[in-house]
Amino acid sequence: MDLHSETLLTMEEASQLQLVWKRFRRHRLALLGAVMLSIFVLAALFAPLLAPPVPRGANTTKVGLLPDPTAIDPINQHLPPGTKGHILGTDEVGRDILSRLLYGARVSLYVGLMATLGSESIGAIIGAISGYYGGVIDTIAMRVTDFMLTLPLLPILLVLSAMMAGRAPTAFARINYLIIILVAFGWMTSARLVRGVVLSLREQEFTEASKALGASDVRIILRHMLPNAIAPIIVNATLAVGGYIIVEAALSFLGFGVQPPTPSWGNMLTRVQDYMFQNPTLAIWPGLCIFLTVLSINFMGDGLRDALDPRMRSERVGGG
Amino acid sequence: MSDNGVNGKSARGDILIEVENLVKYFPVRGGLLQRVQAYVRAVDGVSFFVRKGETLGLVGESGCGKTTLGRSILRLIEPTSGEVRFEGKDIIGMRQSELKPMRRNMQIIFQDPFSSLDPRVPIGESIAEGLVIHNIGTKEERQEMVQDALQKVGLYPEHARRYPHEFSGGQRQRIGIARALVLQPKFIVCDEPVSALDVSIQSQVLNLLRRLQDEFGLTYLFIAHNLSVVEHISDRVAVMYLGKMVELASREELFRNPLHPYTLALMSAIPIPDPTVHRERIILKGDVPSPLNPPSGCRFHPRCPVAIDICSQIEPEFDEVSPGHWVACHRVSSAQP
Repeated sequence: MDLHSETLLTMEEASQLQLVWKRFRRHRLALLGAVMLSIFVLAALFAPLLAPPVPRGANTTKVGLLPDPTAIDPINQHLPPGTKGHILGTDEVGRDILSRLLYGARVSLYVGLMATLGSESIGAIIGAISGYYGGVIDTIAMRVTDFMLTLPLLPILLVLSAMMAGRAPTAFARINYLIIILVAFGWMTSARLVRGVVLSLREQEFTEASKALGASDVRIILRHMLPNAIAPIIVNATLAVGGYIIVEAALSFLGFGVQPPTPSWGNMLTRVQDYMFQNPTLAIWPGLCIFLTVLSINFMGDGLRDALDPRMRSERVGGG
Repeated sequence: MSDNGVNGKSARGDILIEVENLVKYFPVRGGLLQRVQAYVRAVDGVSFFVRKGETLGLVGESGCGKTTLGRSILRLIEPTSGEVRFEGKDIIGMRQSELKPMRRNMQIIFQDPFSSLDPRVPIGESIAEGLVIHNIGTKEERQEMVQDALQKVGLYPEHARRYPHEFSGGQRQRIGIARALVLQPKFIVCDEPVSALDVSIQSQVLNLLRRLQDEFGLTYLFIAHNLSVVEHISDRVAVMYLGKMVELASREELFRNPLHPYTLALMSAIPIPDPTVHRERIILKGDVPSPLNPPSGCRFHPRCPVAIDICSQIEPEFDEVSPGHWVACHRVSSAQP
């Protein structure tokens, strides 16, 4: 039947995800970024296995064979890289640098990923509501967004994290407070982005079709608006992860982020100023980690943006 | 309240949908404070009814308010005022919670097959959406209904898992039809369903719509700007100009005996596939006036070849000049009292 002859022209079965992966794979740098980031994440996850155990009796307060990035060893300060038991050497109070880097990766990646997850989710919800309903809701939401964007971020972060410092019972709680602060001041970009996408989606006929079927606003936003806005959200998120890691590093560097002795890549840099010429590797290692992580995430973002670009899909359709 | 409506209309029991004095003005905002500066009178007091099982064709130029009218009836656009009675129940005054169950009865098929399907949802899920929303059937039953609907529109059940970009325009249009059909509606607004398709695919879709109408006793409001398409599918035809209905009659009557000068002009623009036939074309002067500031009196008078003084002063009534034939024109009303 002529009705069915058309169907022969359709593409082979391929899910959306497979198509995205196919296009992502073609992007060399993005693949490299993904591999590098996976190494960092795995290293952070398995830090206790990878970090060298502290030799028995080396620490006056903690004794054992567990790796401990906070174990102080006054005898072995500033050991050079390649020393037995301390591959990357030790810092100014004799702590193993590799251990600190591995445990610091946990903090930095946790802050970067959680702050991104939080701010992208909140931004997406605010942006979707703002764009979908329009009118007064949109005006209010966007003016609040504009206002938040005009605030000078660093001074506010410094004040808030200093205020929160006293209330945090543990180092982990302190890190979570930091994430909350970062989210509270970081949702605006994604809100604007999602609003823009939703504004155009709202006018598409499939939105009206859902309405005609009786779909609620919540259903339309969750099922049709947000999934179609996922591409810009993901791209924005990959850029944000790097941004948050750097902000955490900056805050910790200034002494307001993650407090010593808990290591983070940022606060590892803090004390380095005093030993810049005596032991420059102290600055190089955490700096290199931050640099490579941010770089690999940005590469991934580039690849994801291309892989999720709807124009790539329309190219395939263009012939038909 | 709704009981009165049903009783009041029982004499015309075969009427499915009745539209009374429907108005939709779009505010135009501007200036520093986004104040309303003017209104676009997209639909300006339109009344008509559609009988059960018939197809009412609705024609008019782009921008005359056909689409706005179709969407206002389904309350996809909230009308400014007026009444739409579906089986005697006014749906304009309904709250959202009352409206939801009504939506099962009234569906819409869209013009653009490329924007009417969500690109990230497999078409099977798109078709099943209405069933999910109205909580119809179990998951397996829904799947069966979707496959049934796909077959009815001439697609294979295996297609349910595919995404819209894997289909051609004509296939997508049929998917849109399947989505509207699966709720077993009584009334479907077809908003230029074939305008975006190739001529060869147009007839396929038109014939499919006809077949489905026979099979399920559907009632269509068929919006188009192409008179040949409307002639092919309609039982009755309504002509719109600048937010107003100017003529409404049965298909035979309208094509044999068009009365409104605008309808006459439209008719003369239908191409005749016979080079030997010579016919006088009525070429309308100028453009369609802006619905922001429609002409006084009869809206057609600045372009009307037979306009007289009264046309620019008094708006003509939409009168039934012969049984089942409504026209809004001073010249017709005065000539045929």
